[in-house]
Amino acid sequence: MTILHHPGDDLVLGYAAGSLAESWSIAIAAHLTYCPICRLKVEAAENVGGSLLGGLDAEAMAPSALDLLLTQIKGVEQNEPEKPRASIKESSPSKQLSILPSALQSYIGNDVDALPWQRLKNDVFQYLIETNDYEAKARILRIKAGRPVPSHGHRGRELTLVLSGSFEDELSKFSTGDLQDVAEETVHKPVAASGDGCICLAVKDAPLQFKELIPRILQPVLNI
Amino acid sequence: MAPAQEVSPDTRSDNDLLLSIAVTQCREAFSTLFQRLGPRVKAYMMKVGASPDVAEEITQETFVSVWRKARQFDQRKSSAVTWIFTIARNRRIDRLRKERRPALDPYDPLLVPNKIPTPLEELEQSSIVKNVTASIEKLPVDQRDVVHLSFIEGLSHQEISDRLKTPLGTIKSRLRLSFEKLRLSLGDSQ
Repeated sequence: MTILHHPGDDLVLGYAAGSLAESWSIAIAAHLTYCPICRLKVEAAENVGGSLLGGLDAEAMAPSALDLLLTQIKGVEQNEPEKPRASIKESSPSKQLSILPSALQSYIGNDVDALPWQRLKNDVFQYLIETNDYEAKARILRIKAGRPVPSHGHRGRELTLVLSGSFEDELSKFSTGDLQDVAEETVHKPVAASGDGCICLAVKDAPLQFKELIPRILQPVLNI
Repeated sequence: MAPAQEVSPDTRSDNDLLLSIAVTQCREAFSTLFQRLGPRVKAYMMKVGASPDVAEEITQETFVSVWRKARQFDQRKSSAVTWIFTIARNRRIDRLRKERRPALDPYDPLLVPNKIPTPLEELEQSSIVKNVTASIEKLPVDQRDVVHLSFIEGLSHQEISDRLKTPLGTIKSRLRLSFEKLRLSLGDSQ
């Protein structure tokens, strides 16, 4: 698997800094599963945090702080380093390995088929992910092969991470692990490629402006 | 495994302290590490507006996690101070921003491994932090400021733009430029 499309460095830095809002962070954490290049960038950026933390002026701790801490760790077991988990395949032979990276499984479980999908259009379904983030929204989209995602312009930024299958827009193809990072003021028309269609994670920071009539009417109802 | 128990913990590096916490559950090493970095973690919590009491509490929680997770520390992948930064950062998101921190699971069956050793893996981790520190010091003030606001004050790029009354695009390009220089200093040219 070669990842061709990556998030902008500003997102990678924000993720490492811990200043990126939760919904965007889900997309970055999920992309990292597929992308050694971006993992390396995050590790590099985390060293900025380490360096700056080490250089902060000390704030004196309460005199009792150390005693309190030593009392707290009394009897606290140290965790073993995590071991590679047995894949889902091994534990239940009938089940396929989940297509969802762990970062997403912690929000929506491991079975996309079991999600209560909401129909957007005939061949486009969505599931909104619950977060504590008011700045951006994350949802999973499921698009049937050859069908377009409703054509839209953006008022803000949108990230689309392919989890399964692929889609194409006017310029490029996006396969599993690829993250499309679309800036403001772009109009594009992505289409799910042939085969099994496409499942992706989409994060955006402003309501999409659908150009087609029906989705625009449904927009307030579906909260998209 | 015989740790260097005769050596006074005070002279040991943060990395060595963390390793002896992991290997021998050494409370002395843990105390030294806490005395060195605890006051900095507390300062880090106060930078986002936590009161001294709350900052103290989250610092305690951070170090309980350091104790509990010490065996997960991998000195080939990270230096002690960077590793502790990531734990403190995640506690801060959880406690002060009340959001969750979506994290990569290094043992995810879907994880695509590195094919070739990366420049970072070939460098000594302790020298990485030194290089990064030197590289940050060399940044122009406007770039250093946005890096600080993002990493230490925890501001989003939009919030930095509002705070400095500077367009968002300018903030992002300052961050990008500083990141490029930083990565060059680590010998990573991708």
